Amino acid sequence: MAENVKPRVRVPGTASAGEAVTIKTLISHPMESGQRKDKDGNVIPRSIINRFVVDFNDQNVMDVTIEPAVSTNPFFEFEAVVPESGTFTFTWYDDDGSVYTESKDIEVS
Amino acid sequence: MELNRRQALTLALAATALAALPRDLFAASASLDDAIAAFTGGAEIGEGGVTLTAPEIAENGNTVPVEVVAPGAEAIIILAAGNPNPDVATFHFGPLAASQFASTRIRLAETQDVIAIAKMTDGTFQQASQEVKVTIGGCGG
Repeated sequence: MAENVKPRVRVPGTASAGEAVTIKTLISHPMESGQRKDKDGNVIPRSIINRFVVDFNDQNVMDVTIEPAVSTNPFFEFEAVVPESGTFTFTWYDDDGSVYTESKDIEVS
Repeated sequence: MELNRRQALTLALAATALAALPRDLFAASASLDDAIAAFTGGAEIGEGGVTLTAPEIAENGNTVPVEVVAPGAEAIIILAAGNPNPDVATFHFGPLAASQFASTRIRLAETQDVIAIAKMTDGTFQQASQEVKVTIGGCGG
């Protein structure tokens, strides 16, 4: 069970219509790979975020399938087109069934 | 030539190690082939349509920054040939993706090739690979 999971997202506040904006996201999560062993030699069970989805006004930007080889505190950087003012929603899916969401508004001037 | 006990033991150990080695190598490449086939469906893979940026030397295998760019791709998969499980991440780009670009940080167990394969919108596949030397492995073993 992952604790203190905290998403952090950086999106510019304003953009011009049709502009490509760079978005950086990071979520604090141990990403336990299922390969490590504790000091008694027992395998520590896998517990990772297995999917990350970015949408803008209900249109998809990116959908990432994540395997245990992604580092602790998974970081992603990518670019999105902003056709109009609206809201980015970011969703992370945990192995344990938890879903973490974050949203950011952007204004087109 | 007469073997003493120590030499005999060394020989036996070396022989065992040699016998074990090819099997391990084969197992690793088989799972990599499986991972590639699962993504491409066995289609032929070209070169050049995708750019993979990774450091030549990664001091810490726990966080190795990698970047992939493949203009005209609908999905890009990143594979690590020498990891216990070669799959790393698959990026699917939606209609609002400004470019087929993504950057993330990955774990590498040892010095190995990192491979990026892009699925183009016309159904073809392109790949790029780069060797990353890892000083401290990132699998916690």
